[in-house]
Amino acid sequence: MMNTAYFKDQFEGLADDSSADTIKELSKAAFESYNHSGLPSSKLEEWKYTNISSLFDKNYQFSKNNSEEELSYTSLKALNLPGQNEANVLYFIDGRFMPDLSKIRSSEKELVILPLEKAAAGPYQKIVKEHLGSSSKYLKDGLHALNTAFIQEAVFIYLPKGQQLEIPLYLHHVTHATKENILSQPRSLIYLAENSNLQLVETYTTLGSMDSFNNEVIEIVLEEHAFLAYYKLQNDGPNAAQVSSTHIHQIGKSYVQSLTISLNGGVIRNNLNLVLDAPGNETHLYGLSLLKGNSHVDHHTLVDNKQPNCFSNQLYKGIASDTATAIFSGRIIVQPDAQKTNAYQSSKNIILSDQATIDAKPQLEIFADDVKCSHGCTVGQLDEEAMFYLRARGIPLKSAESLLLQAFSSDVLTQIKLEPLRKHVEQLISAHLASS
Amino acid sequence: MMLSIKNIHANIEGKAILKGINLDIKAGEVHAIMGPNGSGKSTLAAVLAGREEYEVTEGTISFLDKNLLDLSIEDRARAGLFLAFQYPVEIPGVSTTNFIKAAVNEKRKYNGQEPLDALAFLKVMKEKMAMVEIDQSLLSRSINEGFSGGEKKRNEIFQMAMLEPKLAILDETDSGLDIDALRIVANGINQLRNEHRAILLITHYQRLLDYIQPDYVHVLYNGRIVKSGSKELALELEEKGYDFITDETDLTAKA
Ligand SMILES: Nc1ncnc2c1ncn2[C@@H]1O[C@H](COP(=O)(O)OP(=O)(O)OP(=O)(O)O)[C@@H](O)[C@H]1O
Ligand SMILES: [Mg+2]
Repeated sequence: MMNTAYFKDQFEGLADDSSADTIKELSKAAFESYNHSGLPSSKLEEWKYTNISSLFDKNYQFSKNNSEEELSYTSLKALNLPGQNEANVLYFIDGRFMPDLSKIRSSEKELVILPLEKAAAGPYQKIVKEHLGSSSKYLKDGLHALNTAFIQEAVFIYLPKGQQLEIPLYLHHVTHATKENILSQPRSLIYLAENSNLQLVETYTTLGSMDSFNNEVIEIVLEEHAFLAYYKLQNDGPNAAQVSSTHIHQIGKSYVQSLTISLNGGVIRNNLNLVLDAPGNETHLYGLSLLKGNSHVDHHTLVDNKQPNCFSNQLYKGIASDTATAIFSGRIIVQPDAQKTNAYQSSKNIILSDQATIDAKPQLEIFADDVKCSHGCTVGQLDEEAMFYLRARGIPLKSAESLLLQAFSSDVLTQIKLEPLRKHVEQLISAHLASS
Repeated sequence: MMLSIKNIHANIEGKAILKGINLDIKAGEVHAIMGPNGSGKSTLAAVLAGREEYEVTEGTISFLDKNLLDLSIEDRARAGLFLAFQYPVEIPGVSTTNFIKAAVNEKRKYNGQEPLDALAFLKVMKEKMAMVEIDQSLLSRSINEGFSGGEKKRNEIFQMAMLEPKLAILDETDSGLDIDALRIVANGINQLRNEHRAILLITHYQRLLDYIQPDYVHVLYNGRIVKSGSKELALELEEKGYDFITDETDLTAKA
């Protein structure tokens, strides 16, 4: 187990003066909470399949403050995905937001990007105070607290009222694990004011052959008539572990679409919370885990319906071969006031090997009477009839499998509305299937 | 000899279905297999195509001088064996056109030919579409998804036309077709009939054989070919039913 003394040391060494009061107080409380709970143990029901604390046996370090010197904008640009060169891009290196390396193509009128501390001290003070840390009501584990305890060089993103941003915003997380095992803890607060529109893409790259652990927290707030499309592409090395928590709070009647594609990586845990806090909210959550080798992806979603007339739909698909593990745990809460809630959830899986693990667990907690909720999970194999049909036309076994798996994935993939990203993901998937 | 089946026995889930089939087919010939429901006709077709659920326990099959039973499903297809399914499967999410293109090019690769480029493929496709009068809109959909029974059958013959097999096994391609469709499909098959190609027609009905005149007719009953003859045998069956053969067989079996 990682030395708690190391975190204590690091926490005490945080520069005291730079941080705004709001953040300071939050961090302090979070560090106490971390000290109290420690890292989540797999004895906890919520962490049953994902043993985080054992990963910390390998002693991750926070990176020294100087990784910029080794990474220039040019070297970062080489890591970009198709389409990213035309987008707004924020780079996080070892979890730290790098304003100087980032590339903002939209004007300040369209998109406000600030170091979180500046936002907390300046005109966005009220928003930061109100919303930063609100996810801790839902995520009470020590890992989440650890991120909050070390909020440093975090980012604040603000979409002003009425801004329909046409070019997407990428959050590109680069971990520089060339010399040590690196623990990075990126933190973002994103606020979409009334009638604004954001397409957000997150992607992850670990450089070097040491291990990385990305403990990420994003909090997103949507006002009335705001629209968010949120894509997360997880395609990092087997040495890259991550716990990625996204907390989305729909405070006005708004629309969210989230899509998580998990292809490669070490141990991955995604917490995705939606708090539907205004009547008439709409949310669509999609996931596709296409796993081989020893990859491990554990999705936890939570949709908390607090107000009437909200709609949510979840479709998570998983494919696991070799010794991979694909977990989906989806919780839906319908609060007493949330009459006329429509909440649907479906998890569909294909298991391709005896040693792969798939587990899907719905949890419905309904406290209102006039609601429509449904859930379903399936775990199956490739359709043998279809396999025979394709092969009987001369399509080789591997290609036939690959065709069927691509077909299985297609209803999630068609939801990627960013054309270059969708094409890229489709290519990754066909290469992924061809090489397994 | 194109296909030579010798004393084939096959089981499914431990149950014996084929109990000693013998059949020789030469290039250019059309053979019809008839027989009551459950007698093993589709099983024979599946064994020829290589369906793995069926276990061949005895006998040999040679196809174009190769040991057919040694070949994988896909290699049988690439070597020129084609099965038009009695119940074609629906495969949502896989485009029919892409699938057929992949199949055509796999076969070309096997025969050492260059793959067809998009333009050349389109040209062949247009030609064969006209031959079986199949609509472009069907081919732009997922494989057989939501196709009517007749459309599925027509799609099978279209694939046959595209793949130009050496041996085509058509399992009840006529059932479920309306009168016009039957004529069109039969026409298509007749156009594909030539001295290099053999056809094995599995059918229950004389009306298909009115269009496609077979060289031989066989009756499959209880896992064996119990009677073979010329096309007149089919007419006799139409008139008398299977009883006159099956009674005979059951009697000989008992004796
Ligand atoms: N998967 C299976 N498991 C058990 N029995 C099977 C299976 N598939 C086929 N059979 C049996 O094998 C026998 C032969 O079936 P087959 O489909 O070959 O008949 P057929 O001659 O094609 O009949 P039809 O004219 O109705 O198409 C039947 O009794 C059928 O029930
Ligand atoms: Mg049959």
